[in-house]
Amino acid sequence: MSTFPQHLDVEAIRADFPILSRTVRNDKPLVYLDSGATSQKPRQVLDAERSFYELHNGAAHRGAHLLSEEGTEIYEGARAKVAAFLGADPGEIVFTKNATESINLVAYTLTSSVKPGDEILITEMEHHANLVPWQLLAERTGATLRWFTVMPDGRLDLDPALITERTKIVAVTGQSNVTGVIPPVTEIARLAHEAGVPVLADGAQLVPHHPVDVTALDVDFLAFSGHKMLGPLGLGVLYGKAARLAALPPFLGGGDMIEVVRMEGSTFQPPPARFEPGVPPAPEAAGLAAAIDYLSALGMDNVAAHEESLTAHALDALRDINGVRVLGPDTTKDRGGAVAFEVDGVHPHDVGQVLDDLGIAVRTGHHCAWPLHRALGVRASTRATFYVYNTHAEVDEMADGIRYAQRFFGVRQ
Amino acid sequence: MYQELILDHSRNPHHKGLRDPFDAEVHHDNPVCGDEVTLRVLLKDVDGEPVVEDVSYDAEGCFISQASASMMSDLVIGKPVGEAMAISEAFLELMHSKGAGEPDEDVLEDAVAFAGVSQYPARVKCALLGWMAWKHATAKAMEVGH
Repeated sequence: MSTFPQHLDVEAIRADFPILSRTVRNDKPLVYLDSGATSQKPRQVLDAERSFYELHNGAAHRGAHLLSEEGTEIYEGARAKVAAFLGADPGEIVFTKNATESINLVAYTLTSSVKPGDEILITEMEHHANLVPWQLLAERTGATLRWFTVMPDGRLDLDPALITERTKIVAVTGQSNVTGVIPPVTEIARLAHEAGVPVLADGAQLVPHHPVDVTALDVDFLAFSGHKMLGPLGLGVLYGKAARLAALPPFLGGGDMIEVVRMEGSTFQPPPARFEPGVPPAPEAAGLAAAIDYLSALGMDNVAAHEESLTAHALDALRDINGVRVLGPDTTKDRGGAVAFEVDGVHPHDVGQVLDDLGIAVRTGHHCAWPLHRALGVRASTRATFYVYNTHAEVDEMADGIRYAQRFFGVRQ
Repeated sequence: MYQELILDHSRNPHHKGLRDPFDAEVHHDNPVCGDEVTLRVLLKDVDGEPVVEDVSYDAEGCFISQASASMMSDLVIGKPVGEAMAISEAFLELMHSKGAGEPDEDVLEDAVAFAGVSQYPARVKCALLGWMAWKHATAKAMEVGH
């Protein structure tokens, strides 16, 4: 039995997650390897959300009563917490529904500044959330969508010639949700900025798993979801450099985002209020603040190191199984904890089904990254993703489960 | 879920491969996993009634979708369209039964093996991929002149 370096006290962490003590099919303990889709939530996050409703429930930014004031304080406190977590200013943090909405916000509000003949530059490895909104922007404006292609090992073919005077924005993932590849975002930002082009990073798989400082990363926009980083569903974040956000018109209209409303027309708040119409989701913000406290107490460096160790173990374990091929790089260099793989002769749905019967939750399909699968010559894959509560024993259980599936379907002796 | 019958059909699918002639061809995808099927239907008139003369298909997918398409072709080829549609309705009903269905083996034959699959909502789409393509192609074939 080999031993692994301990970056986190995983046993103590697991005790904070009530769901990890339930059983699933056939009374098996839950082995949750789908945090890339959504993470589980510790008691501290659930308590924060519950305590908002039990003690402070009032509509933030409205009303002259104490509860509304407390709601506002908690909501704005969460904004300040997110800002500090990223090294940003609170005025640069917009709360949205999720990363998808954050990206759509930027793609939609850029409409009036994009003209026929302009170019929008993305990559072939994007999740559909950072692909389809840009296709729609191109369709609305007559602009052309261009992309950095993916090489056979899953890494980006970074051709600087694709950034031209016609490029209006570059949008790139911070970490692939399929191959775990971490593209050189800072390098891309440098090239783009030399041409005066803003950069959006899809941080949905980056921010939950790595220390992120927006100044060092130097992107103009960063989108991510709270629910993939131990927080509640329904709350996402758009970070934008102050001047970039200020240049964008409103996205959704309604209460709270206005200055003066007359029947003839309205004027609008500066960011971030400009982009947050309606009663804000303060309980979810309280939950996200608790999630950030939780992650910060663990230390994001330790979180990243723990996942790197699990990823290395998974790559080793999968390499040992005949007939299994991992998509993307087979080392942890510039590669995060998303490990997608093929099993010869067994469709991912069938692999996932057998693992599910063993209590092991993985993702199957194209994981909302269809063009990337096509580029890698794969129809679909099975994917394991890791987080703070996962153990090396769970990685071994998955590997055993894959061998079992191979025997079950008769593709292994 | 993986009854021996399902594994048998998925390993040796019946009537697989695209054939000529045909009256209509359709292409269906499962957007969740990218699985796809291209399916052709040939009808013929027998005493004024349309009968399924042939069903041929090319499909990529999981054991469930492969086996289902294979059993579907067994069940509908040679049957009057009306009867084949009724079988397809019976299969649809079984797949939406959430494990509570009691399939009629006289109607569904080997496809009764799918009763267990109906307990897994995520897999129902896989089981229906071939059937939906067949219904669509048959409706198209009826439009073009049968």
